Amino acid sequence: MLEVETYPTVGEAANAMDDQARFLGGGTLIMNRVNYGDRRFNRIVRTTDASLSEIRAEGDRLEVGAGVTMASIMASRDLEFLSSAARAVGGPAIRNMASVGGNLMAPHPYGDMAVALLALDAVVRMVRGEELSLEDFLARRNGVVRSLLIRRPQGDEFRFRKVSRVKPKGVSVMSMAAHLTRSAGRLSGVRIAYGAMAPTPVRVRAVENALEGVSLDHAGIAAALSAATEGLDPPDDPIASGWYRREVAPVHLRRLLLGEDAR
Amino acid sequence: MKSPVTFTLNGSESAVFVDSGANLLDVLRRGCGDLSPKYGCGQGSCGACTVLIDGEPHVSCLVLAETVAGRSVETTGGLASGPDLHPLQRAFIDGFAAQCGYCTPGMLMAAKALLDRNPSPTRSEVEEAISGNLCRCTGYEPIIDAILEAAKQRGAA
Amino acid sequence: MNAEYRKDLFADERSDDFDVVGKPVLRQDIMGHVTGRSKFYDDHAFDGLLHMRCVRSPHHHARIRSVDSSAAERQDGVVRVLGGRDVPVNTNTLLSLINFGRDDEPLLATDKVSYVGQPVLAIVATSVRAAQEAVDAVNVDYEELPHVLDVEKALKPEAPIVNDEYPNNTFDYFDTYDHQKLRFGDVETAFSRADHIVGGEYQMSPIEQAPIETCGAIAAPETNDRITVHTSTQALFFSVGVTAKQLDISSARLHFIGGTVGGGFGGKVDSHHEPLAALACLATGRPVKYMWDRAEEMQVGGPRGGERWRIKDGVMRDGRIIARAFTGFFDAGAYTRLSSYAVQKSTGHLPGPYSIPNVASNVYCVFTNRTPSTAMRGFGITAADFAIERHMDKVARAVGMDPIELRILNAYRDGDMKAHRREAKNCALIESCQAVAQKTGWSLSGDAARASSKTGGGEGALGVIPATVTDDEGRIGERRRSGLAPEPFSGKGTRGLLPEGHSSNNSSAFGNAPQRKDMEAEVERLGFKGATGVPATLQEPADEATSSARPTVPRETAQTTHPAGARGGPSLPAAYTQRPASTINQPIAQPPAQASGTPAAQQPVTPPAAAETESETATTHFQRGVRRPGVSRFISGSRRR
Ligand SMILES: Cc1cc2nc3c(=O)[nH]c(=O)nc-3n(C[C@H](O)[C@H](O)[C@H](O)COP(=O)(O)OP(=O)(O)OC[C@H]3O[C@@H](n4cnc5c(N)ncnc54)[C@H](O)[C@@H]3O)c2cc1C
Ligand code: FES
Ligand code: FES
Repeated sequence: MLEVETYPTVGEAANAMDDQARFLGGGTLIMNRVNYGDRRFNRIVRTTDASLSEIRAEGDRLEVGAGVTMASIMASRDLEFLSSAARAVGGPAIRNMASVGGNLMAPHPYGDMAVALLALDAVVRMVRGEELSLEDFLARRNGVVRSLLIRRPQGDEFRFRKVSRVKPKGVSVMSMAAHLTRSAGRLSGVRIAYGAMAPTPVRVRAVENALEGVSLDHAGIAAALSAATEGLDPPDDPIASGWYRREVAPVHLRRLLLGEDAR
Repeated sequence: MKSPVTFTLNGSESAVFVDSGANLLDVLRRGCGDLSPKYGCGQGSCGACTVLIDGEPHVSCLVLAETVAGRSVETTGGLASGPDLHPLQRAFIDGFAAQCGYCTPGMLMAAKALLDRNPSPTRSEVEEAISGNLCRCTGYEPIIDAILEAAKQRGAA
Repeated sequence: MNAEYRKDLFADERSDDFDVVGKPVLRQDIMGHVTGRSKFYDDHAFDGLLHMRCVRSPHHHARIRSVDSSAAERQDGVVRVLGGRDVPVNTNTLLSLINFGRDDEPLLATDKVSYVGQPVLAIVATSVRAAQEAVDAVNVDYEELPHVLDVEKALKPEAPIVNDEYPNNTFDYFDTYDHQKLRFGDVETAFSRADHIVGGEYQMSPIEQAPIETCGAIAAPETNDRITVHTSTQALFFSVGVTAKQLDISSARLHFIGGTVGGGFGGKVDSHHEPLAALACLATGRPVKYMWDRAEEMQVGGPRGGERWRIKDGVMRDGRIIARAFTGFFDAGAYTRLSSYAVQKSTGHLPGPYSIPNVASNVYCVFTNRTPSTAMRGFGITAADFAIERHMDKVARAVGMDPIELRILNAYRDGDMKAHRREAKNCALIESCQAVAQKTGWSLSGDAARASSKTGGGEGALGVIPATVTDDEGRIGERRRSGLAPEPFSGKGTRGLLPEGHSSNNSSAFGNAPQRKDMEAEVERLGFKGATGVPATLQEPADEATSSARPTVPRETAQTTHPAGARGGPSLPAAYTQRPASTINQPIAQPPAQASGTPAAQQPVTPPAAAETESETATTHFQRGVRRPGVSRFISGSRRR
């Protein structure tokens, strides 16, 4: 049988974790497993710690609590740049519940917010204070996350795009995010991340490399488009086949980079 | 293990014992006897179980029941005030916005959350607001029309 | 919603003083729906309600070596574990209630499983969670068997046997054929005359009905030794009949409450929840709920089955289609359910709303190791229509014709003889095409724009039942033995020829004489009685006997003496002008074992069960209280109309 444990602070909750336990965020994924009798865990650990839902801004540095929901991101002026990614998650009811922390843990094809955060080079702060890059966190995905540290992108250099069959709500065929930093009019140190193109959200180094030093126009991005799925083996699922994902990725990458409208 | 939870249900105080791990949908239906929210999937994808928690729509099948302690829950069961139907209910009746009726309570709650926040929504705002609610009888157009009509009626009143 | 009533069309065929159509009427159930008070099956509260979950097959096809539920039985909250041996009548087929098909599907599998998700045990516990945990604690030892998931692979001699009741992987039609035949005219000769042959293959995947309310039932003891069952069924009386049969109790003990259904779309006719819930209720003496979760609804709920259709058309240069042959495959999944019937329904629909003087089809109800399929909105018709209309476009391209004009040219008109030997009435395809063209600004030639469903119908050859070439290929078991191709007239078997016929009186539902007995079998099966007013006899009428002396027409002769489209042949045998009462009142045609293979020898003999029918005289068009032979004793023998 299943037990629920509630702790006043996130630190105590983290201490109570073991492999039979799951930390409860908004519950949109965990409660699904509970309802379907998943027996891989028999404890739910939760906290009433309000600090987990805080958004703090210090200049360009932002700290977003792991318990912040997609709806709160959309409502926050400080996080306006993330609002298109937050809006991409589920419908309104899901967004009132779905947390940032849970999104980092969400299995394929979920994790749209994580894709955006990956392109923004977010740093994950664990409950015990340890800090690591989101990329490293996604590689091991364990421990309880306290917050995410994000540097605010400038102007229009951050872009996010989700491709789904059902609109406005639909699961990702893929999602893509780009942080298009420039130096002297040319792209430099660009970060590109995809969701639903690999078991977890990933950075796409082949594309990042192909964008180094080019200008942001059709000719400039041509090499990046042909490298769009280099090194990736996109999964087959009921939403799309891996083949399809590979075929359409360059088109969506072009639209993302050039800011073209798809609809 | 059962634990006690108190919250406000449609304006009245409610106290129930919940099984550990129980979701709010089960607690409302079995514990409180409010059968208006429906089970369609238990995984957040159909919206038939949509209720408002502190005025915001939630899929009650994914809400761990004890997390609503001290909060306010609204369901379609409490939408009418006495014999007077809510404008949304009237508009759903007049606009034939229910076929089998199974998605209807969830649709009404999603729509109420929208109108409470935004009394004169555009069509695409309505679409967005009910995007988490499936109607397999595919009556979306009449549903959207009815919500817009209800907004108009409320504005006029 | 804005409906437009075209008062100019068919004005003389109907009155326009509608007092209901076009006016809103308040629905009876709408108040319940908007207040959340409509009572769906799960909206009934019971004290001490028990919950049921099933142990399900993880394999497409496997023998069950052993089942060990001892650990599950000891778990907290588990009240009862039920297996196939606990079900009084474990094997059933839905249409056994109307005496169609053999019992082939266990409520709970005992010896083998034939699709992923097939239930093996039903566990009844005090909570859903306890039942789920007990399901995980059951140990079933399976020996995996080869499986087949493709309809045509299932017809191959080497295919594994999916359903032991039908060891050829096809439903048996009329105890004779492995497919449902339609023969009308002579397609082969017409193909040889045609300017173009246009072939095409069309495939439709299975579709899940996906109602928002999942299927389920709650069975609770009533005080008077009855059981109340709240159910999501779309077919309340099927569910009562099936439950009574499988539990082997009188239907008088079953109090079924339904009708408020959270979307059905056909998927709620299978009647599997009610017997299991009622059985568990009897076994525990407590209310029991058996409700599918969404995953079960998607995996185990019978979908609209996949279908594959091949169409071959013989087309003249001017666009007239003179012959059309179909080969259709319905994927029934592992058990029959309603697929046997869908095949017949679709056959009755061929060749679509077009007048084609030569039509042949072989349609197969095929067993594969997929989830058994069932009804869904127009099933039997939907995929066939999809195939036909796609094919019409292909034909239009082949002859270089406008696709709408091609349809108008070939559209059936009032008075045309359809392939199932009924005169077409109230046709409106031409007018529909014209309206579509008009609305979309599509320009039609003068002829097409002037055409009317009311003129030109039944002219010449198109008004009669053509002389029809028959064959006996595809007898049960033959395909598996010999690898016979599934197409009609694929080369084997004995040909016969049925002479041309006429429609005698189209005002009676069964006014047209069938050319063969097996064409009429459904009439009696469905409980209809003819309008003749002549008492039934058990004797074969004289003219039927004469017809049994029909010669076997060799292929060459058929082609030369009965070119398709050439009408006005031999004068009409009496059998076609006046329908003998006995053919109308005969119960299900049961062709005898075939000896010579001539069409004559295929004439069915009257089975002994007909005695029951004979005692009743068919005097009215639709009899009230007709007792049908072989109908389940668990449902009342009368059919109200
Ligand atoms: C109908 C529906 C539609 C959806 N659509 C989308 C979509 O479009 N895009 C998308 O990305 N996702 C989607 N999701 C998935 C999910 O809602 C989101 O990914 C959400 O962000 C998960 O967060 P949560 O707080 O609800 O997670 P929970 O269910 O609470 O937890 C999920 C996992 O994360 C872990 N976790 C939670 N918080 C933390 C933490 N602080 N530290 C460490 N681990 C933690 C949990 O232990 C658990 O393993 C959808 C889900 C549903 C039901
Ligand atoms: S039952 Fe809650 S969303 Fe479907
Ligand atoms: S009315 Fe039936 S699901 Fe919406």
